[in-house]
Amino acid sequence: MKAYETPYEKVTAKTFPKGPDALASGHRACQGCGEVLALRLLLKALGTDIICVSATGCMEVCTAPFPQSSWRMPWIHVAFENAAAVASGVESASHVLRRKGRGTDKRVPVLAIAGDGGTADIGIQALSGALERYHEDFIYICLDNEAYMNTGIQRSSETPFGASTTTSPYGSKSIGQTTWKKDMPAIAAAHGIPYVATANPAFHLDLMNKIRRAAAIKGPAYLHVYAPCPTGWRLKPELAVEIGKLATNTRIFPLYEVIDGCYVMNRKVDEPKPVEDYFKLQGRFRHLKQENFDYIRERVNAEYDRLITLTQTFPVPAAS
Amino acid sequence: MAKPIGLEVSLAVAEAVKLCDTDVVAAYPITPQTHIVEHLSELVANGELDAAYIPVESEQSAMSSCIGSSAAGARTFTATSSQGLALMNEMLFIAPPLRLPIVMAIANRALSAPINIWNDHSDIMSIRDVGWLALFAETGQEALDMTILGFKIAEDHRVSLPITINLDGFTLSHFIEPVLLPTKEEVAKFLPPFKPLVKLDIANPISMGLLGGPESYTEARKVTDDILVASKPVVIEAFNDFAKVFGREYKVIESYRTEGADTILVMMGSIAETAMTAIDELWDAGKKVGVVRIRLWRPFPVEEFKEAIKGAKNLAVIDRAISMGVPDAPVALEVKSLLYNEKVRPFISNYVVGLGGRDVTRDDFKYISGRAEEFSTSPQTQYELVGVLE
Repeated sequence: MKAYETPYEKVTAKTFPKGPDALASGHRACQGCGEVLALRLLLKALGTDIICVSATGCMEVCTAPFPQSSWRMPWIHVAFENAAAVASGVESASHVLRRKGRGTDKRVPVLAIAGDGGTADIGIQALSGALERYHEDFIYICLDNEAYMNTGIQRSSETPFGASTTTSPYGSKSIGQTTWKKDMPAIAAAHGIPYVATANPAFHLDLMNKIRRAAAIKGPAYLHVYAPCPTGWRLKPELAVEIGKLATNTRIFPLYEVIDGCYVMNRKVDEPKPVEDYFKLQGRFRHLKQENFDYIRERVNAEYDRLITLTQTFPVPAAS
Repeated sequence: MAKPIGLEVSLAVAEAVKLCDTDVVAAYPITPQTHIVEHLSELVANGELDAAYIPVESEQSAMSSCIGSSAAGARTFTATSSQGLALMNEMLFIAPPLRLPIVMAIANRALSAPINIWNDHSDIMSIRDVGWLALFAETGQEALDMTILGFKIAEDHRVSLPITINLDGFTLSHFIEPVLLPTKEEVAKFLPPFKPLVKLDIANPISMGLLGGPESYTEARKVTDDILVASKPVVIEAFNDFAKVFGREYKVIESYRTEGADTILVMMGSIAETAMTAIDELWDAGKKVGVVRIRLWRPFPVEEFKEAIKGAKNLAVIDRAISMGVPDAPVALEVKSLLYNEKVRPFISNYVVGLGGRDVTRDDFKYISGRAEEFSTSPQTQYELVGVLE
């Protein structure tokens, strides 16, 4: 079956999962953390019949200080760079044990969860290997808060242009981060896997449906999830959802899927909000000037247009 | 009675993994370990072994996948050498406290630089302190038997720790030796199906690998060390059970002609074969020299070692790695430290041989036993590199 034809149970306002969260409350995430919000919603969409593998990072540290754990499903943390490889082992073992009659009968999605550093920098090799090996029940989630927040806001290859971090500080000779975000969804899609999507907790039903779809599809899936970090972004904690809406509505973080290599724009933004609205709420960009905004706007629009072209060139075939 | 067959030792190890009905193999190619995993992928490909073979993209991912697989409740095997073991290093520390009984064969090889694919013990010596059990094979039969024993020991709930099976790269791994291949039924009689101590299971969810702050880290490390130390009697028990089923007896410390010996050569791995031949010639010449071979390197069998060297005037500890920056090589460092508080102790001298595949000959052992006597009157101040070109 084609990935885009794979049925899955949709989450709607009416069918929103009830009952306790799969990620228990009481964790130690910062006030207003958009990353833990995204994680909670993703896990709520799947429930507890899954196995989670966390990379070292905020979401691991804040949820599992011995002897406590927020994870209501089987969960393992091993190291920073290897969530994809650990999950590969879990997934392969689950398959072979089921085949040999020593495991559960049902398919158990295995989630590898890492931050942007654990994905795009130190973990990219393990991720690439896992995607290429085509593990059937493997879902990789990159929670992208755009820097190494757990170690104290150091820049990663996902830190956006112009952001001031502790290792890409703004100074008289530097604008801060001088490079553009690494295009991880494109890199994941280049592995020829059946499902790649971007998601944003400010659009929570879209986010939850994407992981439902990822779990239903046979083959590896990659979700790149926008994860606002009030602490690292110098953003008011109450604005974590607001900033998420702006990220997509300015076209800075477009929501799209790549299913069997076919592109779908989930939220068309025909009249984008000014990128300045997004940047001015965040202290990490406070030094940016109009000329910087002009440059960013131009590049953001060009990338958005490129995605639109891809949706037109490689659309999902109409249902037969 | 089964007849021995000629088999390359690497293939014998792979056959042992098959006989143990291993569930998952995750491995990356590195010389001289490759023949083990090549044969395993062949066994999986032709259906002789019902396992998942994960062709990972690095050793770091090999060990990571093994950790995931073992945590998911699968009997798990990998093999590596040298640089590959070094690349795994971070994960090697993590498997023991998680109580994961992974079995790893190491075809021992030198570490760069300069790059060198041949045998010594630099790789295994770099992971002395990480919490894995470690066995050393001398022959092909031992490499096969230790692999089966590895699963038995590691998976025992009193242990539930990972274990390395060390075989000298090329000089053992690539030799064709006569090997008795046990039957699947015999192995099944000896090795029960894997019942994990801890497991990622949706029916009984647990969290593994939690953050341990200053209030719990010390205890977590202590528990791991305590379990490792306490695994020695389980190893001995497994050796005894093995002898009952297969008729081959193993000890944690092996001795050869140590009775009445003035000098004892201490070593690990396949060079003991050559050493024993040299020793025979020395006895014929009226020299009283014995060999003590450490089979169980971790946990170090302190009492058995002390017992084995009792009565010797001189100990010559023969290392195959250098501990850079200190006067002794790794095995000698440990032997000296464990004998320091003894009232009666032998003169100890230390020799490093066979680095990066340099041949170790009978003459080397004869030379060493002579030197060991000399050092009883004028103590050695630093290890001696035997056969170094000045």
